[in-house]
Order: sequence, then structure tokens, then C-alpha cells
Amino acid sequence: MTANTSILSESTENNDIEVDEDSLVNEFVVRFANTNGTGSASANNMFAKAILRMGIPVSAKNIFPSNIQGMPTWYEVRISEKNYLGRRGGKSEMVVAMNAQSIEADIKSVKAGGYLLYDSSKYLPDSQIRDDINYLGIPISSICLKEYNDPRQRQLFKNVIYVGALAALLNMDFTLLKGLVRDQFKGKEKLITPNIYALELGYQYANKHFICPLAIKVETRDLVNGRILVDGNTASGLGAVYGGATVVGWYPITPSTSVIEKFASYCHRLRIDPASGKNNYAIVQVEDELAAIGVAIGAGWSGARAFTATSGPGVSLMTEFLGLAYFTEIPMVLVNVQRAGPSTGMPTRTQQSDILSCAYASHGDTKQILLFPDSPTECFKMGAQAFDIADVCQTPVIIMSDLDLGMNDHLTAEFNWQDEQAYQYGKLLNKEQLDELKEFGRYLDVDGDGICYRTAPGTHPDKGAYFNRGTSRDHFARYTEKPEYYVDNVDRLQRKFVTALNYLPKPDIVQGKKSAKVALIYYGTTSHPITEAIDELKNHGISVDTLRIKAFPFHDDIERFISKHQDTFVIEQNRDSQMKTLLVNELQIDPNQLTSIVNYDGLSMTSYQVVQGVLSHFSDKESKKDAAKQTNKKVG
Amino acid sequence: MSFIKSKFKHPRLPVNDLGLTYRDYEGALSTLCAGCGHDALTSAIIQACHELSIEPHNVAKLSGIGCSSKAPNYFLNKAHGFNSVHGRMPSVATGANMANQDLLYLAMSGDGDSASIGFGQFAHVVRRQLNMVYMVANNGVYGLTKGQLAATADKGVKNKVGDLSLFTDIDLCVMALQLGATFVARSFSGDKKQLVPLIKAAMSHKGFAFIDIISPCVTFNNHSGSTRSYDYVHDHITTAAVSDFVPVKTEITSNCDSGDCEDVCLHDGSIMRIQKLSDDYDSRNASKAIIDIEQHKAKGEILTGLFYLEPTASDFHEINNTSDRPLNKLDQDVLCPGKRVLTGINESFR
Repeated sequence: MTANTSILSESTENNDIEVDEDSLVNEFVVRFANTNGTGSASANNMFAKAILRMGIPVSAKNIFPSNIQGMPTWYEVRISEKNYLGRRGGKSEMVVAMNAQSIEADIKSVKAGGYLLYDSSKYLPDSQIRDDINYLGIPISSICLKEYNDPRQRQLFKNVIYVGALAALLNMDFTLLKGLVRDQFKGKEKLITPNIYALELGYQYANKHFICPLAIKVETRDLVNGRILVDGNTASGLGAVYGGATVVGWYPITPSTSVIEKFASYCHRLRIDPASGKNNYAIVQVEDELAAIGVAIGAGWSGARAFTATSGPGVSLMTEFLGLAYFTEIPMVLVNVQRAGPSTGMPTRTQQSDILSCAYASHGDTKQILLFPDSPTECFKMGAQAFDIADVCQTPVIIMSDLDLGMNDHLTAEFNWQDEQAYQYGKLLNKEQLDELKEFGRYLDVDGDGICYRTAPGTHPDKGAYFNRGTSRDHFARYTEKPEYYVDNVDRLQRKFVTALNYLPKPDIVQGKKSAKVALIYYGTTSHPITEAIDELKNHGISVDTLRIKAFPFHDDIERFISKHQDTFVIEQNRDSQMKTLLVNELQIDPNQLTSIVNYDGLSMTSYQVVQGVLSHFSDKESKKDAAKQTNKKVG
Repeated sequence: MSFIKSKFKHPRLPVNDLGLTYRDYEGALSTLCAGCGHDALTSAIIQACHELSIEPHNVAKLSGIGCSSKAPNYFLNKAHGFNSVHGRMPSVATGANMANQDLLYLAMSGDGDSASIGFGQFAHVVRRQLNMVYMVANNGVYGLTKGQLAATADKGVKNKVGDLSLFTDIDLCVMALQLGATFVARSFSGDKKQLVPLIKAAMSHKGFAFIDIISPCVTFNNHSGSTRSYDYVHDHITTAAVSDFVPVKTEITSNCDSGDCEDVCLHDGSIMRIQKLSDDYDSRNASKAIIDIEQHKAKGEILTGLFYLEPTASDFHEINNTSDRPLNKLDQDVLCPGKRVLTGINESFR
């Protein structure tokens, strides 16, 4: 049996030791505790961006409820010049506690020796006083009450005031921060002065009342290397614009909604015909996810590039249509921004738990092409590339993003596009090509690669028309239930999926000349803690090779990689080790060769969880060996 | 019944403006039951398309699942067809139309497909004002699964095996009128004289055109006691208005036999001549049409004819401000903003 290691409890994490002298500069976590609907998001984002502009790598995670106003929400900024950009987990060096509802827990979340920045307009009860942390009280509410008349402003500028205070406390470049405000409010100049004034209020207060900077602080570096800070959904939406998508049907669902909203806003900027002022795209918000994918399929059948975006519950509704598109061979793209299931599950928490339901989406023998982006850079790249793959392979392509990737800002390589890369439409015949053709059969495998020629409606007066149907058919799309035609057709679809491998991104493999004994396989956002995990494992004397899966169906390299290693771990974010199951199901490998490391609590995986997963597997192995030795001795 | 379609063409079959005969608009041999109302409907569609000289390849045929949805296979074999999943044809039609607004979208659905499993999709495609002809072959019964009652079957009627229709029946014309369809009519597959002009007008109309066609099921719903049998429909049918379709550039020759006549100019320049059969008939009044339908139903009558027509309605693309060139014909240079623009976008994330 293979070991399944899951680390659930945060309190078990080993980084809850006191604020570490070595990690005082550019290596700590600031956690903001806010109430949702109070405008804290943009102030917190400004804080993260200012760190970035100081040349220090940063990652930001929004931890929020499925609610619009009044519930606790957290924003965790990890500052790391070591480029450790996965969620660190555990307690934070600095907690900005602005929510009375959650302050008790927030105080507990400060690392010993760390700092609590709180609104001292009200006294903290004695029960909330810890003697192992530093309290930084700023009477933010009182300041706002004095400075502003409008209740909304009193609320909004609270957020800006604590960012100003943090600038002083953490030694941030204040001029740069003010410049950021100017950039942020370009076009809304009226807002610049009051925002800078609020920053000053916080900055001055902190300088006057505390010894600034604190022991934890930031220093300007040049470590960003041209990277950008952006969320995956923005990147997916932009990728679809670059990939030539013109038709969208969609239904709102967290966490996928902003994929379409961003696509729409970029289209509004970049896809209006300058001469006529008309739209070179069409988006329709439909009645449900069934209709959303129906729209994409109808447009794909017509030869347009079409897509939709959804999350788990939406995928469940779309599965019948996914089977139709697979069987009738219609290209379309689906962006699945996964969240924690089953059912409604945790709509605002992250997971990678739709792997199996997407790989085999729909009844009957079906298979779907999946892409696994690990960063906004890849959301953009695959977001565009998916349309080529869908057109060339004439089948749906599902981009498997998740809430963490889609909704959080990530430090990522800038988006790249080569103007000479031409869209690949595959075997879609135009009128001239049809003229030259002796015989057209929609399901005739002329080239022997499993991919047949197709036509769009309205192409030719006499040739190329066919009746697209979800029923079994012959090579000319005529209904038949003759066994030989059915078998021929579904076997050809298998062949097509082998051909598809030529168009799918290969896995990223990192291994030394001599293979390490231990290997890590991961995909999507489980790649974020890997750099850190590799370093930590090295400290434990374990060197590892790594493989990041980028697409399904799987390339042969994955099977070879697994066979070369003694202990291979599959790291993923679902309870049931879905990727491991898929690997075992699809490849010729012994399930005992793979050990799962899973996390499914709805928060992004940490390097600690990865490392503990590896270590506990080996200690289990050792104790089994010892037990076996003991037994042998007794027998002997 | 023959299972091989004759390829023989009479040498002197009348040709239309495109030089095509009626036979050029046919499809595969129907596999529906002999005497099925749907076959008469198929023949009416063929006649309407032939007479209007519609280019077959510029039509897209769409359907869901059911006997009715098999019908597109039996007409216009030079047109692409899409037999989708049960009740979901409206969304596929929406996507296809969004991608290419230059085609004529002819959709066939049934009472199960539109009034039950696809009721939501039906309602929303009406709202979207998609430019299409949506025809429902309505026989009040599920044919392919052998005779279960449909949601359009009148409450209180019995099916062939004696099961009672227990729940309120749905009138799709009333629904379409409420949801903003700009062309709504009902007809009977056995009345080509009424049906063909209605299909022609629906095809000439820009916007969402809905025709509910009572199309009896000879096998499962033609017994006495059914309100969708040939005999019952013959005996209880009544007409709201007689309409005649006058194509573009054709002189109006038909006379009004009685009552008032109203000529409505359709989007493509053709004329719908409506002969009122009652003084208070008004083709522009949707709520009045709903009342008329309900009142006749209360008397046990099936009201047919053109119920509502808004000839200057806008369609989805007008509302969306879509480019005149179909989206599926736009090239990469129009669609892709290119590297230079991307440099600026990257800058916004720093």
C-alpha cells in the first residue's frame, strides 16, 4: 500500500518559532485582517505592489468568504528575496488587525516576537494581551473621524492610513509609494491628493510614536527581473483575446467570473472595429452553464473560436455537452477555475479536485484534453494556445486553473507574444479546397492520423454539408448503429488522442545527469511551494528530481521518468489523489511506485506540507524495516 | 414503405430563380411513421424554401432530440445540420448565430424538447431575440419513447394507454408572446395553405420567429379522446387571421375576401398580407393575442394563424453591435492585438 500523507493542522507547522534574526530583512509575512466590502483590497494590493517596485519578490493571497459585505477576510503578503512564493503557512511576523470580529484569532496568528498593528481607538481587553508580541496601536478610527466628514471616506481611508504606517514601520520607500498612488489613480486625479494625505497621516503617526523601522523590514533589491504581478484569470481572459476567441457564452460562478469580465474589458479596449465602431466579438450571459457551453459548441461548429469559463458545479452541468463535443469533434475551450468541492463545497477556497471529472467528462468512453497552467504567464500562453489545439484536434480543450491561481496576484514572467505565430485552424476546409476535393466525408480519416476534415456551414453551395449528430454515424455522418462503423469511429477517436500529443506541451523535467532516487511530480499551483521544498529537502540530505505535468493525455516522458525513480511523490490538492489515479489508469505503472502528498483544506499547499510528506514516508518505511528486522530476529 | 429514395427527377419540374427544383431542397428519406404530421411539415419547409429561392447552403438546420428533431435530416441536404442534445438546441443555435449572422437559421424542436427538458433554453433564446425561425412540431406526446404525455398535452386528456394528463398544459405561443418574440404564429401540419406562407414570412422576418405547429402523432396520439388527433384538430381548429405572403418584387394580386386587410412590410421587403377575421384582431398587440388564445382554448378551440408580428424589431446582433462581417470570418490581424500592445499591458502589472 502507498502512504497518503495529509497535513491539515496549521498549528503543527514548524515555522512557529520566534521571529528569526536571519529573516528580518526581506523575508517575512504580513497578514491583513479586514472586513469584506470595506475597500481594503485595493489598499492591500497597493502595499504588495510597492514591495514589488522596491525590487523584492512578493506573493499575495486573498483569503475570503463567499459573501459581499461584513464577513472577515484576510490578505497574506509573503515577502521573500529567496523567491519562495508559495504560501508559507503558520503564523505571521506582522498582523494588521482591522476587524473586531476576528481580532482574537488574529492576535493568536502573530509569531512570537512579531508585531500586531491594530486600531487603538478602542482599548483591547486584557484577555487579548500576549506578552510575547509587540503591540502597535494607532487610533485609526479616531483619526478618520477627525479628518473626514463622509462616512464612506472614513471607512476607505482607514485602509490607506495603515499602509502609510507600514511604510514607516517596515522602511518602505515612501516616495515610491506615493508614486504608486499617482499611477493607480491615473485618470481620476481628484483622488490622488486625498490618498497621499491619508498615507502621510499613517506615515507621520508611526514615525512619531514608534521606533521606525522595526526589526522586520524591507530593503531595496533588484530581484524582480522583469516579472509582473497579476492574477491568472486576467491572464486567461487576455490569452483568449490573443488566441482569437470571438464568441463567449457564460454564466457567473466564483472563482471563474473574472476570466470573462477581463476578456470583455480587453475586448472593449482592443476589439472594436475602428471604422464602424462595431464589436469584433460577441459575449452573452446565458441562463446557465448548460447554455454557456452550448453557445461555445454552436460557435465552434460554425468555425469561430469560442470559449466559456466555469468552476466545478458548472463543469458538472456541462458534462453532457462535453460528450457531444468530444463525439461530434467540435473545437471549443473551457477554462475551469477549480474550487473546493464536492457540491457547493467551499466556493472561495482552492483545490485541484476536478482532475478526474474533467479528464473523463461525460458518459460513455470519453476523454478530454486538459492543460495545467502553473502561473498567470501560462494562463496567458495556454489561454491562447488552447484555441489552436482545439481547432487542430477538433475537440474541447479544458484549461485547469484554480482559485489560487485565478484570483490571487502572482509574481510571474511577463506575457510574451510573437507576431509571426499564426493561428492554426487545422483541417477546416474553405470553398477552394472543397472545389478541389473529389469526395468529402466528415468522418473519413484521409490522413490516417485520426483527425478528419471538417467544414463550416455556408462554405460551399454543393459540397461539404453534413448532418452533425451525437448519434453513431458512418464516415459521411449518416446515422448508423452498425457495430463495425461504431467501433471504427471510436477507435479513430483514440488514434486522434495519440496524434494530439504532438500539439500538447511536454512536461517540465528537472533532473541531474544521474537520476536522484527521489522524484516529485506536481502540476498547476502545487508548483508554487516546490522551490522552497527542494531547498528544505536538501537540508535534510534529500536531493530530488522534479516533473511538472502540463497536459493530459500524458506524454511518454512521464512514464519513463517514473520508472527511473525509486520513490516518486505525486503532490496535489485533493483528497483522493486524483492525478495519481489518472497516472496509474493511463500509464503502465505499478501504483506502489507512486506516493501521494495531498492537501485539501482549501488553502494553497505549503513547502512544509511537501517536505513533511516526503519525510514521513521515509520514516514510515524505516519503522516498517525495523519492525521486519525485529520479527526476523525473533523468528531467527 | 420504400427505404431507398428515388433519384429520378421529372425533366420538367418547375425551377425557381436559382434554377433549382423542389427536389434540390429535399433531404434524406424520412424514417418517421407513415402519416406522421412532421413529414407534412418537412414538405411545407421544402416548398417554402424552394418558392423563396433560398440558397440551401446558406441555411443552418438545428434541432434537439425527439421525432421532431430528426426532421431536419429530411430537408435541405445541401445545408449543414446540427442535431444537438435534448432541449439544448437554443444555446447551440445562439452560438452558431453569434459566429455567423449571415445564415438563415431554421430550427426544429418538439414539445418535449422545448416545453419540458429545454423550457429554460426556449425561454431565454426568445429573450435574446436571436434572428432565427423556431418551429415546434407539437403533438402532445413523446413519440420516440412510445407515447408518454408531453407538457403541451391538454390537462385532463388521456394518452393511448389511458394515462391521464394531470398537470397544467403549457402553451408555447403564449410563452413566446410574453417573452418578447417578434413573430408568433400557430398552424397545423395538415394545412399547407396556411403553413407555407407563415414559414415564408418567418424566414423573411428579422428577429425571433416562433411557429407552433400542431402535428399529430399517428402512432401514439391519434385515438379518440386525444385533443391532438387529426380528427379532433380538424373539428376544433379556428383561425385568427388569414395571412398570405407576397415575396419581394411581386405584385400583390390576392384580394381580400372579406373584412379588413393589412399589409405588413417585412425586413427583406416582402409583404405579409393579413386578412382579419374579426374586427378586433391586431397583429401588433401581444397581450390581446394571449387573451384570444386563452379564450378560444376555453371554448375547446385551437386558435391558429399569425398572432403577433413586430416587423421592425432589432435582433441580437443589433443589440450587441456586432461587426457586419461574421465573426467566424475575421482574420488574425483583426483579432490579435499583437506584441506591441502586449508590452503596454505588461507595463500595467508592474
